[in-house]
Amino acid sequence: MAEPRTRPRDAALNTGLGRVLLLVYGTFALSASARALVQITTHFGEAPLAYVLSALAGLVYIAATVGLAIGGRRGRAIALTSCSIELVGVLVVGTLTIIDAVDFPDATVWSHYGSGYGYVPLVLPFIGLWWLWRHKPVREG
Amino acid sequence: MNGPLSLVTIVVALVLAAWFLLRSAMNRPPGRIELVASGVLGALVVVLCLVAVVGLFGDTRPQEIGTFAGYLVTAVAFMPTATVLARMEPTRWGNLILGVAALVMPVLVLRLQQIASVTGG
Repeated sequence: MAEPRTRPRDAALNTGLGRVLLLVYGTFALSASARALVQITTHFGEAPLAYVLSALAGLVYIAATVGLAIGGRRGRAIALTSCSIELVGVLVVGTLTIIDAVDFPDATVWSHYGSGYGYVPLVLPFIGLWWLWRHKPVREG
Repeated sequence: MNGPLSLVTIVVALVLAAWFLLRSAMNRPPGRIELVASGVLGALVVVLCLVAVVGLFGDTRPQEIGTFAGYLVTAVAFMPTATVLARMEPTRWGNLILGVAALVMPVLVLRLQQIASVTGG
């Protein structure tokens, strides 16, 4: 007895604003991953720590995009984890790039709190977490 | 990279972004004007990228050719992708999608210029 599968109510794919959010998250997922790929395949020796971080950032954005898009219990868990890592990442890497420029000679998406990307990487995790908070599952009595 | 063409593309993108965002604020869905406008911007970007590709066969070429190619592909694909997404969203959010894409375009064009100016190969 198979129920028709419907999309979870809080899937970002469901709403207009959610789709805008997914466009931005998806763009960063693409951008961070592509940048990491180029950096790692061409100059890995130069700044391995920074480039590994780039790869991690790419994965985190991909996971956040997918998690927000599908919604439901699993999607929320994925998105909550990813957006939290994203937030910690941009704050920690942002601070480190300011106080320890030697290990981070090349820009990563989180360098200087995402200044190279108009500080969008700084704001984005808050928006993602806000989305998750707004669509918290209502606990039934 | 062609200076004047890049500048025109950026200006057109910003003007269109203002229009899309205004329409979104007015709670209007993307209409014929918006679709034609995004088509024009998309075509402009294609011309810009074609000129850039032709320029690759000149004397100077960008040092980071892989990155350059990546940005070229992204720039060409961005407006059409956003347009397809916006057409699936017949609400103010469709216009917001177009607005976001039109705001991203100048960034992509500037990045292309930046990469192209670092020649060394």
